[in-house]
Amino acid sequence: MQLPPALHARLAGAPGAAAPLPVQRDSLAGNAPFRFAARQVRFPREHEFFEDGDVQRHLYLQDVITQVAAEPERPRVPEFTCQVAGCCQAFDALEDYEHHYHTLHGNVCSYCKRAFPSGHLLDTHIQEWHDSLFQILAERQDMYQCLVEGCTEKFRTSRDRKQHLVAHHLYPADFRFDKPRKAQQAWERAGALVQHPSPSVPCGCALTL
Amino acid sequence: MWRGRRGLLRPSGCGVEELRCRRREREAALRKARREQQLVSKRLLRDEATEEAEGGRVVVILGEAQIQEFLRLAQRGIEEKERERALVSLRRGLQHPETQQTFIRLEGSIRTLVGLLTSNQALLQLEAARCLHELSHSEQSAVAEACLPATSYLLTYLSGHSSDFIELCLYTLGNLIVESEAVRRQLLPQGIVPALAACIQSPHLTVLEALGYALSQLLQAKEAPEKIIPLVLGSTLPQHILQLLQPGPKLNLGVAVEFAWCLHYIICSQVNNALLITQGALTTLGLLLLDLAAAVQRTEDAGLELLVCPVVRCLSNLLTEAAAETVGGPMHLQDERVLAALFILLQFFLHKQPSLLPEGLWLLNNLTANSPSFCTSLISLDLIEPLLHLLSVSNVVSVLVLTVLCNVAEKGPAYCQHLWPGLLLPTLLDTLALSDTEVVGQSVELLQLLFLYQPGAAQAFLQQSGLQALQRHEEVAQLQDRVHALQQTALHG
Repeated sequence: MQLPPALHARLAGAPGAAAPLPVQRDSLAGNAPFRFAARQVRFPREHEFFEDGDVQRHLYLQDVITQVAAEPERPRVPEFTCQVAGCCQAFDALEDYEHHYHTLHGNVCSYCKRAFPSGHLLDTHIQEWHDSLFQILAERQDMYQCLVEGCTEKFRTSRDRKQHLVAHHLYPADFRFDKPRKAQQAWERAGALVQHPSPSVPCGCALTL
Repeated sequence: MWRGRRGLLRPSGCGVEELRCRRREREAALRKARREQQLVSKRLLRDEATEEAEGGRVVVILGEAQIQEFLRLAQRGIEEKERERALVSLRRGLQHPETQQTFIRLEGSIRTLVGLLTSNQALLQLEAARCLHELSHSEQSAVAEACLPATSYLLTYLSGHSSDFIELCLYTLGNLIVESEAVRRQLLPQGIVPALAACIQSPHLTVLEALGYALSQLLQAKEAPEKIIPLVLGSTLPQHILQLLQPGPKLNLGVAVEFAWCLHYIICSQVNNALLITQGALTTLGLLLLDLAAAVQRTEDAGLELLVCPVVRCLSNLLTEAAAETVGGPMHLQDERVLAALFILLQFFLHKQPSLLPEGLWLLNNLTANSPSFCTSLISLDLIEPLLHLLSVSNVVSVLVLTVLCNVAEKGPAYCQHLWPGLLLPTLLDTLALSDTEVVGQSVELLQLLFLYQPGAAQAFLQQSGLQALQRHEEVAQLQDRVHALQQTALHG
């Protein structure tokens, strides 16, 4: 199949379309017994027309085994240690360090040092565990937001939220990043009581226990 | 500009002939699967280099006791290296189907694995994820479905930051997605679509390719048109996908292939293609086609056809949408460079993958059917003759070529004038010598148009023994009427 040499130049040229030649149809065209009519065709997903291309696609999926070590972005480096205070983990590859850092030191709560897999979960945790304003607001409105990204539901208690996660989002009942904070609550309240300067200052926390 | 995708790894010690034979077998199996609408393929991510370092690819079958010991060490070992090594041993064992079966039948095994997956020890997490990945790749449903308790965590980790880990989670999810509708019925409420929509903003190419793979698997599901595609179209995914398909220095072949297939599954399901058109899909895909035509001229890169195929399909199907037809509108594809690109790609198909010629010609039909402009360009760019050369490839191709020629001819005398004389008559006489009913039928249609619009055509036909060529088809049921009518027209005008 020989292509005209000017074609490649046309491809590289400016966008544009030819001024169309005049269209002039005769009513006899396409008349019985002839049946041609120019028309666009669309094929749905399972049509056999797509068989060859689909098979090629799946051969590709089955074939490719990735060669991780061939990646230029993963050089081995002289051993170094994690610089975070108190951590002495050693590494000889940046990717390993990246993973370590994000797992252990990224998204870490500065109050209780718990690590979270994402910023979203960390923010939720800080709000619910360490923000006393949250507790106050939670007495009057639905403050516990659903943990699933994209779901905007809010709940009155963390138990209600868990129920929603399980029933609606099919999450496991013991989802690790949704631990209830009962023990924490008691501890904080004990701490707050001790810090109060004078017994005459109204202390909401003691009363709501 | 085209960054090569990661290379194919061949098992060593396999002769070329054996490989070809295996490929033919796999191809036959895939065709059969497709006809039964069971076309499913999983992807396995394995770190070959680490395996070599670990002492070759001998896969050990682990027994119950061994598995239990490895799990115990991984969970409760004192030294971190010791825990890691235990998990690595487990992972290697899990490459074998028998170990997989033993593992899933062991009480608490998945629970322990999930516990390790969600621990704060990065390397244990990674190894646990690799174990899950091996399980997800199994062809045994029971094994793959054993991974279900981990899915909420896999999805949660997609909003993390470690690209390696995310990549692994995505391929694992991709494998689980194709497993069964039951799995998808869990993943959808767990928020897989929003999780993917958030993750697609990652700058890491490896993550993007994995995400494209997982998404393509999701979109290929039987229930996708009703249950999945509407969710995807309602998210920010389409805009990001189109962005990742923009031609330019940042385009990565591996990533683009995955997302082009995603787009194909969405478009051919015909849920809401008008939306995609308003988001600029036609323009993006048109420009990408131009880019691909330029690329096939420059490089022998194996694999470009993997991207050309879905792009051609998407364009072709989108052109049939009403929204695409508003001539002169911003969404209308009216650049004749598209035609130039398509022919360059047809030539590429002819050499590389002739089975894709029909798809390319289908796009050509959809471009020319209702477009005087494209039909004119076909003439002015001298593409009629190259088109005629394709007539010898196969019956399916011939029918499509003749259909495109009919698209041009039916527009009237001004068009037929340019089809005549040249090679057209001798070529048509050749096709009349064939026995395929559809090919002959379409040739007869084209001849009727030529007789109608081109003075002298009928006469030339008679002079070249056209009547004799028609005779052998006089008794064929589907052709009789048209053949007789044509004979009459030729003789009496």
